[in-house]
Amino acid sequence: MPLRLIKLGLKGTKDEPRFFPPSKELESHYDVVIIGGGGHGLACAYYLARDHGIRNVAVLEQGYLGGGNTGRNTTIVRSNYLTPEGVKFYDASLRLFQDLSTDLDINLFYSTRGHFTLAHSDDAMRTMRWRAEVNKHYGVDSAVVDRQAVADAVPGIDLECGGSPSVMGALYHAPGAVARHDAVAWGYGRAAAQRGVELHQKTRVTGIQQQGGRVVGVDTDRGSISCGAVVSMVAGSTPRIADMVGLPTPIEVFPLQACVTEPVKPFLNTIVVSGSLHVYVSQSSRGELVMGSAVDPMVLHSTRSTFEFVEGLADHMVDLLPFTARMRVNRQWAGMSDMTPDFAPIMGTTPLDGFYLDAGWGTWGFKATPISGKTMAATVANGVNDELIEPFRYSRFADFQMVAEKGAASVGH
Amino acid sequence: MPFRCSDAGSREWIDRSRRIEFSFEGRRYSAHPGDTITSALLANGVVVLGRSFKYHRPRGAFSLANHDINALFSTAEDTNIRGDVTPVEDGMALEAVNVRGTAARDKDRYLDWFGRFMPVGFYYKAFHRPKALFPWFEKAIRQRAGLGTVDTYWRPRRRPKRYAHCDVLVIGAGPSGMTAALEAAEAGLEVLLVDENPHIGGSLDYQWPLDTAEAACPSLAERVAAHSGITVQTKALAVAYYAGQWVPVATDEGIIKVCARGIVVATGLLEQPPICRNNDRPGVLLASGAQRLLRRFGVAPCQRAVVLTANAEGYQAALDLQYAGVEVAAVAALTEAGADSEAAAALTEAGVPRLAHHALYQVHGDNTVTGARLGPIDGSDADAQDYDCDGVIVSTGWAPAAHLLHEAGGKVRYDTELAMHVPSSWPASVVPAGRVNGAFTLAQQTADAVNAARRLVAALTGATVPAVEDWRDHQPHSAEWPIVRHSRAREFVDLDEDLQLKDLEQAAREGFDNIELMKRFSTVGMGPSQGKHSNINAIRILAASNGQGMDATGSTTARPMYHPVRMEDLAGRRFRPQRYTPIHDRHVALSGCLFEAGPWLRVGHYGDEASADDCVAAEVNTVRNGVGLIDVSTLGKIEVVGPDAARLLEGTYTARMANAKVGATRYALMVDDTGVIIDDGVVGRLAEDHYYLTAGSGHAAATARTLKRHAVEWGLDAHVVDRTGQLGALNLAGPLSRSVLARVSDMPLDEASFPYLNIRETRLCGYPVRLLRAGFVGELAFEIHMPAAGMGAVWDALMRAGADAGIAPFGVDAQRILRLEKGHIIVGQDTDGLTTPFDAGMSWAVHLKKPFFKGRGALAHLKGKSPKRLVAFALPTGYEGPLPRECHLAIRDGDIVGRVTSIARSPTLGRPIGLAMIERGLVEDDALLTLRVDNGQYITAERVRAPFYDPDGERQRVASEEVNS
Repeated sequence: MPLRLIKLGLKGTKDEPRFFPPSKELESHYDVVIIGGGGHGLACAYYLARDHGIRNVAVLEQGYLGGGNTGRNTTIVRSNYLTPEGVKFYDASLRLFQDLSTDLDINLFYSTRGHFTLAHSDDAMRTMRWRAEVNKHYGVDSAVVDRQAVADAVPGIDLECGGSPSVMGALYHAPGAVARHDAVAWGYGRAAAQRGVELHQKTRVTGIQQQGGRVVGVDTDRGSISCGAVVSMVAGSTPRIADMVGLPTPIEVFPLQACVTEPVKPFLNTIVVSGSLHVYVSQSSRGELVMGSAVDPMVLHSTRSTFEFVEGLADHMVDLLPFTARMRVNRQWAGMSDMTPDFAPIMGTTPLDGFYLDAGWGTWGFKATPISGKTMAATVANGVNDELIEPFRYSRFADFQMVAEKGAASVGH
Repeated sequence: MPFRCSDAGSREWIDRSRRIEFSFEGRRYSAHPGDTITSALLANGVVVLGRSFKYHRPRGAFSLANHDINALFSTAEDTNIRGDVTPVEDGMALEAVNVRGTAARDKDRYLDWFGRFMPVGFYYKAFHRPKALFPWFEKAIRQRAGLGTVDTYWRPRRRPKRYAHCDVLVIGAGPSGMTAALEAAEAGLEVLLVDENPHIGGSLDYQWPLDTAEAACPSLAERVAAHSGITVQTKALAVAYYAGQWVPVATDEGIIKVCARGIVVATGLLEQPPICRNNDRPGVLLASGAQRLLRRFGVAPCQRAVVLTANAEGYQAALDLQYAGVEVAAVAALTEAGADSEAAAALTEAGVPRLAHHALYQVHGDNTVTGARLGPIDGSDADAQDYDCDGVIVSTGWAPAAHLLHEAGGKVRYDTELAMHVPSSWPASVVPAGRVNGAFTLAQQTADAVNAARRLVAALTGATVPAVEDWRDHQPHSAEWPIVRHSRAREFVDLDEDLQLKDLEQAAREGFDNIELMKRFSTVGMGPSQGKHSNINAIRILAASNGQGMDATGSTTARPMYHPVRMEDLAGRRFRPQRYTPIHDRHVALSGCLFEAGPWLRVGHYGDEASADDCVAAEVNTVRNGVGLIDVSTLGKIEVVGPDAARLLEGTYTARMANAKVGATRYALMVDDTGVIIDDGVVGRLAEDHYYLTAGSGHAAATARTLKRHAVEWGLDAHVVDRTGQLGALNLAGPLSRSVLARVSDMPLDEASFPYLNIRETRLCGYPVRLLRAGFVGELAFEIHMPAAGMGAVWDALMRAGADAGIAPFGVDAQRILRLEKGHIIVGQDTDGLTTPFDAGMSWAVHLKKPFFKGRGALAHLKGKSPKRLVAFALPTGYEGPLPRECHLAIRDGDIVGRVTSIARSPTLGRPIGLAMIERGLVEDDALLTLRVDNGQYITAERVRAPFYDPDGERQRVASEEVNS
């Protein structure tokens, strides 16, 4: 038994420190206001304080910490993207993730499982090869494997998919991992709070004040505050916040749904994704199958669940892993994906001085949490985009310098 | 020890006249048909039914209402079977889940002693340092977690789903549900009444004095059964409410998707347990659970019981126990409520000790209950008294089963008078009725249900909606603080997740002092029962910890599903239509090697799989030198008709379409708003107001949809008909194609009458056909589009007509090589999610002079700035080295500069040829391309001009066959 638990057991838990300080009044001024207390916002606050000594920071969250997409995703971390920009960015994120439990002193259950993206057609095999070749070029461990390798790693898989186009092979990405999503937010939140950052939950931003072409303050339902910079890290609420400063974005919000089964003993040790069957699945450390699919077909600003989603997902799951037919779906939920036309995020400076955007996280936000926080913190501290996020800059849509991550970012988050 | 009573009244579910046999952990037991696994085991004196999730504490029956997550079983075919509601079957061989050994003597039971080392969230605080050890810990933790074990040999049982439509869906067939159903049916509405139990009756089965129930139930149930306007579906779980008034109902026969104009939520209440030390011992039952056992299965949960109550229902339960032959050692009352009920008086009369203002301090016993300690509410252990008993029956609170109401947009608030949450708002078409609303007595329930049904009926029929009547009870049925702390803890709040009072308090203390954060950190309510017996107590604990009211503390969100639903039932019948072309049989007869192209089955090549390369090369040669025939029925085939047809196509495609002459065709490229190529095809003009066009095989439906959407969005008078499945298509290609076609057609086919890139309508073999002079494979060619019914005849006629010319069918593999030799792209292979027509070298297909077309703005901006370029390359004749594959990368100075999009050994040119998408600025002038192939090997390819074959396109326009020689 770990020493830490022995100490806890013998001493009791009474003296355990709080993760987050009790709520308090807003101050009248902060150097930086971060809108959105999800993983990205809390990570940004942490890196601002830790790497740049900017500690007079407030994170404003309309609900509770990590209550948005941070707590609604299917916890997959991977870097097997298609574009050089994407691969470098997500690889940096994955590397931060690998040491994050130690950094934040919280067990994130970061579990390297290996990640199979199944190919059911020549077309898909071609795309897998493309991703593998680009990944290898940047030192990311990805390879095209044959169907036998899939069968060996995924017990009970039906390579014939019950009669649907069969599995021809897969892109195997060894570093693919899952992590306890909530804990990522809590770990960052605690570490930021320890460094003086204020976390304000149930605090909704209602307006953003500008003066002389730059941001000077934020109005909230708990009062107004002045600030030097505002960082919007609000995923599905991006259009609402961007509207406050008149900043058009090409973002469309689509619900993205997921569900879990009742817990069972471990049988699936890898992450399996099938684009053509629209399913991805892993087994949590609690034993539940965590399953998801592509975003809903229609734009909608809502976190309602639909029955069509579980029907379609179960239909394809049963094709892929026939024995899971007997398992029972316990709970389903939805998040709001802020999708961009090129399936890559929008990050960094904007035409409005002091207003920074971290949005367009679509279905790939969780895995980018550490690197998004780190690069956005550097961007805010220096006033210019960090090199790693320059390809994701806001102005790329006007310049047609888009990133083309669609091939690797859709299904299989 | 529990026992089977001799008589349980007329509402019993079991058939005492018959016996069935089953086994548990290898021991054989007998039961009656109608028993659940739990009732059968209890009747046989088996009390420890399972072990808890984390501490492996012994657990038993608790609710008998589908929340008994600690009494899960497995068989060879299934796991996580809920014993409290699953009927036992003859020959069933049951095992407990999540135990090593047996439930009674689980080898993991020692984990309970280490509980103090596993405080709330312990796994966040340990195992991560040193990092290298985590995988080992994780493996151990994963093995301990989870409940049952799945078998990878299980196979799905796929059954169709059904649809049902009704005016009113009533969920819950208790007194309120039945009353509401009758009220709605009497008003002439069609009613579907569903209940998850095998019989209708609800609480009338078990919770009321026998005479009351006997008086009310048969008459209600008989009237419901007799009413022609009511359909009853039992063993039917209303899974959830989904937008649009959809409620999937899970039954033993699969899922029924019910769409109802109005919904009555008569789902009743969920009983909530008190919290004290060892409140989880087998033998501690919710009073409603004990009553279900007694009346439905004739099983008394114990021989000597201590009862804790905070409402009239608890006194009634005590009386029921006594009637069944259970000795009631004492009834402790946590509140005044119900103390003046008839049942309470009857208990006093019977000499049962009643302790007012008393609480349950703790439960004694290790594996099972051996006693209970009762004491004054504000007292201490010194004031308490121990009672010997083998059962503790508790009735201290309720919570509305308002999940579906939540999902439909309803809200609840905390009613301080009832000390319970009640619905506070709901949509007009989804109404709560009965106990879920806080109506407790039968009279209240009936009146509330009548009012609810009348409001719903009025809303559905357009009549004036009556006011909401308040039929709530005016005394509490729940204790506000049913919690007694013990210095040595083990007061369980969540039995699914093994969470204690101290865990939740600790979570709040560590900053998780918001109900959602508390849930996520502690996992309260995240187990298989989804907090049905733990959420309310968690809210009470957090409210107390924060010094807030219940409403200020809030609640977590109810999400589907109400109870877990099997994946195979959700999946339903498998439906993956496979599309055959109209002459599929002929391809099979000709030994066509079939492959799946989306939903279609297509021919890759004809002949032996083993000699595929040779077959394909021969097919290519046939087309280049003689004549070949390919089935291209998978092409999208779309008709566009109407005065605005030209405008529709003009706005949808990049090229000019309005000025095409009747009888002419144009290459058609479709781009999205950002100028990226999404489809290509051919548009032919048949009349001023009539076009016929083709789309890529995988894109037919999407293109038809896009055209239809544009017609609507742009307000055009044009009709779009997708005829893809109705028409077949062939491509007769090769220098001899004209002469072969001439033998079966009486239409003039010479170059002057029917030039290249034209379309004509004629008849072949008696069928109306359209002929298109197409150029995809780079030879003289005629695409023949015809009704599916006529395709066999046309195919046969052409094969006969071409026999002496050596005609042969060719497949998709040969077609891909033929088009590559010609330098034609395949959208989606040679293009990607960013490729514009300029990148693909197709600026000739973009007419920016048009004032508008989809994507024009982007393309106008990008003209001349295209960052990439599709280029042709070739390897030397006789090249023997490794062949690059599609998506291998082009490398220059260590950087990625592009990728191979198409590659093939060209039979015509005798060398490997390919296309690559490369960065424009970097390698535009390079004469060589460096490609990295398998195993990281580099090869050099020569840049060449495309098309590789017949660069001037002379062969597609041949006037006569002489050119060929």
